[in-house]
Amino acid sequence: MHELSIVMSIVDTVEKEREKQQADTVESIELDIGMISGVEMEAFYFAWEAGVRKTKLEKTRLKINRPPAKAKCTECGQTFVATSSFDACPECENPFCDILSGKELRIKRMTVIKN
Amino acid sequence: MCMTCGCGNSTETNIMIAKPGEINPENISLMIEHKHGHEHSHHTHHDHSHSKTVVEMEQDILKSNNMIAERNRGFFEAKKIFALNLVSSPGSGKTSFLEKTISNLKEEIPFYVIEGDQQTFQDAERIEALKTPVIQINTGQGCHLDSDMVHRALKKLNPEEDSVVMIENVGNLVCPALFDLGENSRIVLISVTEGDDKPIKYPDMFQSADICVINKIDLLPYVNFDIEKAKEYAMRVNHHLKFFEVSATTGVGMRTWYDWLVTCRTQ
Repeated sequence: MHELSIVMSIVDTVEKEREKQQADTVESIELDIGMISGVEMEAFYFAWEAGVRKTKLEKTRLKINRPPAKAKCTECGQTFVATSSFDACPECENPFCDILSGKELRIKRMTVIKN
Repeated sequence: MCMTCGCGNSTETNIMIAKPGEINPENISLMIEHKHGHEHSHHTHHDHSHSKTVVEMEQDILKSNNMIAERNRGFFEAKKIFALNLVSSPGSGKTSFLEKTISNLKEEIPFYVIEGDQQTFQDAERIEALKTPVIQINTGQGCHLDSDMVHRALKKLNPEEDSVVMIENVGNLVCPALFDLGENSRIVLISVTEGDDKPIKYPDMFQSADICVINKIDLLPYVNFDIEKAKEYAMRVNHHLKFFEVSATTGVGMRTWYDWLVTCRTQ
C-alpha cells in the first residue's frame, strides 16, 4: 500500500506551502490522480484519513480530478480513451499502443485561509 | 499507522541501512512530523475578516522523491556508474540472478549491491559471500525502496567510478513501480512458476520497466507457462520492453544478458 507514501508527500508539500503563505488553515486541495496512475482510490482515502489525523489538514476538503487514460496506436495513429494500460486500438486492433496520459499525480492548487 | 505501507498502528517506522555484521547499524527512525495545531477554541472574538487565497501549485505529488532520484542519477553520471533497479514479486529469483551475474562477471566489472527487504540481512550475506560490497536496507513495514533510502545507502556503499550498482528492490510487484530511485534501467523479473498473465495483472510495473527477465526457464517442461503469451502480454503493456529468457540456476540464457550489460554500462 504505497498510497500512504503518496498521502504523506501531499501533506508535506501542502503544509510547507501553508506555512510559506502564513495561512492558518487549508480549506481545500485540488488533485489530479490519473485513471492509470497506479493509485487505488479506496486505499488512498483510507490513507488520507490516517495521514491527516491531528494535523492542520484534518478538515481540509479534497477535490480529486481523474484524468482519463489516453493512448495512441503505434500502427494507425488513432488516439483513443483507454480503460487500462494495455488496451488494443479500437480502430485497427493493434495491441501495441503508447500511453499519452492518465498517469498524472499532481497537486493542482490549494485554497488557504488567513484569520 | 506506518508511514510507508499503512499497516499497523504505529506512527513511526524503523528503516535500517547497514552492512552485514555491522555492530551499530545506522538506525533511522522516520517520525511522521505531524504538526499538532492547538484545538482552535472556535474563535472567541470574530471581529476580524478571514482572507481566502487560492495558491496555484501544479506540482508533482512525488516531487521530493523525484528530486532525490535525480540527485542519485547525477551522482551515477558523474562517477560513470551504471545503476539497475531490480523489481519482481517475492521469489522470482532476483537474488539468484544477481549472484549468478556477479559470479560470472566480477573479474570484468566492479559490482556494488543495495539489497532491499522488509527484514533480515539474508540477501546481503549471500552477496557478501561473493566478496562484493553490499548494503542492506530493511524497510521495516515499508513495501518499496524510495530514492532517499538509496541515497543514504549509496553514501555508505561509496561505489567506485566505472562500476555497476545493482539495487534489489523489496519483492513486490505493485508499490515499487511509482518510485524512481535514479537508476539507468529498471529490470522486472518474472519466473515461469508464476502465471503468464502477470504483466496484465500488474501492468504498472511492466509499464515502468525497460527490461523484462523471464527466469527459471529450466522449469518450463514442468509448468503450465506459455512464454510467448507472457511476452505478448508484457508487450501490450509496454512494447519498448527488451526480453531475456534465462535460468539463473543453470546459467542458460545468461550469456545474452551479460553481453547486454557489458555493452550498455559503457554507453
